[in-house]
Amino acid sequence: MNTPASCSLPEAPVPGAEAAAGPLARLMAFLRARRWGRKSVIGIPYVFLVLFFSLPFLVVLKISVSEADGVQFKDIFEFSDGTLLMRLHLSNYQFLATDPLYLRTYAWSVCYAAINTVICLFIGYPFAYFMTKARPSLRPILVMLVSLPFWTSYLLRIYAWKGLLDDHGVINNLLVWLQLVDEPLKMMYTPYSMMIGMVYTYLPFMILPLYGTLVKADPRLLEAAGDLGTTPWKAFWLVTVPLSKAGIIAGSMLVFIPSVGEYVIPELLGGPQTLMIARVLWDEYFQNVDWPMASAVAVTMIGLILVPLVFFNRYQSGVQGAGADDEPHAAGGAA
Amino acid sequence: MAAMTPAAAGAATPAAAAPAAYDDSAFLRVDRLTKRFGEVAAVDEVSIAIRKGEIFALLGSSGCGKSTLLRMLAGFETPSSGGIYLEGQEISRLRPFERPINMMFQSYALFPHLTVWENVAFGLKRHKQPRERIEAQVERMLNLVQLKPYAQRKPHQLSGGQQQRVALARSLALEPRLLLLDEPLGALDRKLRAQTQFELSSIIKSVGVTCVLVTHDQEEAMTMADRMAVMSHGSFVQVGAPREIYETPANRFVADFIGTVNLFEGVLVEDESDHCVIETPAWRFYVGHGITGVMGQKLSVALRPEKVELSTQPPPRTDVNCLHGRVVEGAYFGASSLYRVALGDGNRLQVSVPNSERHGEVIKVGTEVYATFSADALVVLVS
Repeated sequence: MNTPASCSLPEAPVPGAEAAAGPLARLMAFLRARRWGRKSVIGIPYVFLVLFFSLPFLVVLKISVSEADGVQFKDIFEFSDGTLLMRLHLSNYQFLATDPLYLRTYAWSVCYAAINTVICLFIGYPFAYFMTKARPSLRPILVMLVSLPFWTSYLLRIYAWKGLLDDHGVINNLLVWLQLVDEPLKMMYTPYSMMIGMVYTYLPFMILPLYGTLVKADPRLLEAAGDLGTTPWKAFWLVTVPLSKAGIIAGSMLVFIPSVGEYVIPELLGGPQTLMIARVLWDEYFQNVDWPMASAVAVTMIGLILVPLVFFNRYQSGVQGAGADDEPHAAGGAA
Repeated sequence: MAAMTPAAAGAATPAAAAPAAYDDSAFLRVDRLTKRFGEVAAVDEVSIAIRKGEIFALLGSSGCGKSTLLRMLAGFETPSSGGIYLEGQEISRLRPFERPINMMFQSYALFPHLTVWENVAFGLKRHKQPRERIEAQVERMLNLVQLKPYAQRKPHQLSGGQQQRVALARSLALEPRLLLLDEPLGALDRKLRAQTQFELSSIIKSVGVTCVLVTHDQEEAMTMADRMAVMSHGSFVQVGAPREIYETPANRFVADFIGTVNLFEGVLVEDESDHCVIETPAWRFYVGHGITGVMGQKLSVALRPEKVELSTQPPPRTDVNCLHGRVVEGAYFGASSLYRVALGDGNRLQVSVPNSERHGEVIKVGTEVYATFSADALVVLVS
């Protein structure tokens, strides 16, 4: 015969007692049943994001549809004569939609980000691939080397490029000294210098997810492809690349999305041709001090990024939903 | 038949190292094939000739070199020395995609991003076959393995057995001259394994392709193969039909490796043309054939458990081919029962008794029994 104590919860009543459990114990049981423990742990970052992301975003959104009134903004909501009025000042958005400068800037931002992504992919893929071919003992070192730039200041690294590419920078000095050119090459403040900076900065973001996917690839699949008549080159395109799709998409998103809103690199390395949306944003905030306009630019920029983000999210949950269950059901594995 | 045993048993070195089956008309000939990894020879001067249409099994425990040998046949490893000849043509230097050989991997290695249909068609597309031919062939293959309704599924949507059939269909699609199977039933559960053994060999026989399979499972090798080779430390210890290997093992290793066996060490005391007698301290074994041995030579006698009869009554003659002891263990396997008998001299005798009657006699632990066997049931082993 089991006593009540041996088959009940730890905070059970005193053995043998028939009295109801104390209020604290009841509360704990109630919370446990509703999984409040789990919810509160998840809740912490959730609350953080709401406070420090959603709320500020809503503030920016509100400013974008307000009118400036000296250093303050007119209220959106007005209550008079028993009527609640909502005034949304949409002229900023109208302007954005029609002004050729803004449209061009948005288009070019997306373009530069896309070019950056493609170049990073073409450089990063072979990079990640050869990392997986290295000896297993060597691989952690290679991963560390790829992520080492993150240990230094991002700003300083961009300045370093300035030092390299400037008219009297390291490269030009070397070329002049070697008498390969008569005059220093104009490399700075061009789209090319900006692209160099962008690719340099974002390359690790492409390499690491690609490496993560490629390193999990099953070498037997390549053997099977070879056995069935594919040369190694064809096997790469028919087997390795399609199976690394997840890594390609992850890397591309990690490069593309931040690149659209990149400020520092176009500012320091780019020139008048490389006007990107972040620069426009800065100008509106600090030069024109036109907060509603700037906020509208910011909201539109977020809207632009939202499309690839949603696509990426859907794709990720799709991958997880399929379980990525590529191995045979019985324990075939690598026996 | 009697003469064969002594000759094989007389060899001190592994029996089949002698290139007995050298035959230039052999379909697949392996000639002193060796693969070294550093100092260690994973495959050591292996030679064998395999006939067209034969299913040949390489049997051995892990690390014996069977997988390395298979991979060399497929082209995934280059031999350190020696040659492989397929229908007379040397192929050991060809890359895998250049060989008319296909392999079915243990883990199936199905392309996860392709459907069943595309997996099977993969090799055909690489060989630039016209579209109608590809479609016809894929359909034929899927019908052969009975997976036609699953053609549009992806591998992860199939069960283990179904995946295996896709792998088989894929490896047969190109109608290879040689089919290699790497532990074909290794990834399946027991029940499925038994069923699949017969299906697999019947499909292979119906297609008529020559097949080399690698396994560590004796049952798999014995049921599927026409001939098999027992491998150890990179060499063939014995090559022959399954029956030959089981009933006439060449040495202690093979006798012990295949199935269960009772081994007795003794000395040769009598040796005539039609019989010989081997004595151990406690028992006397009368073997129904002569061996050309030396008096007093140390030998082993091998006796399979199912060849022994147990009785609680003493037989007419208890001095020869009769062992006497007490049952210490009895295990019931359904179709048969396995008894362990502690003999007077400290050895344990394993006896397998078929349960031919539903309410047959069960020998209880502790019973005194007499174990008898015929002169024909014994195998003399020198090494």
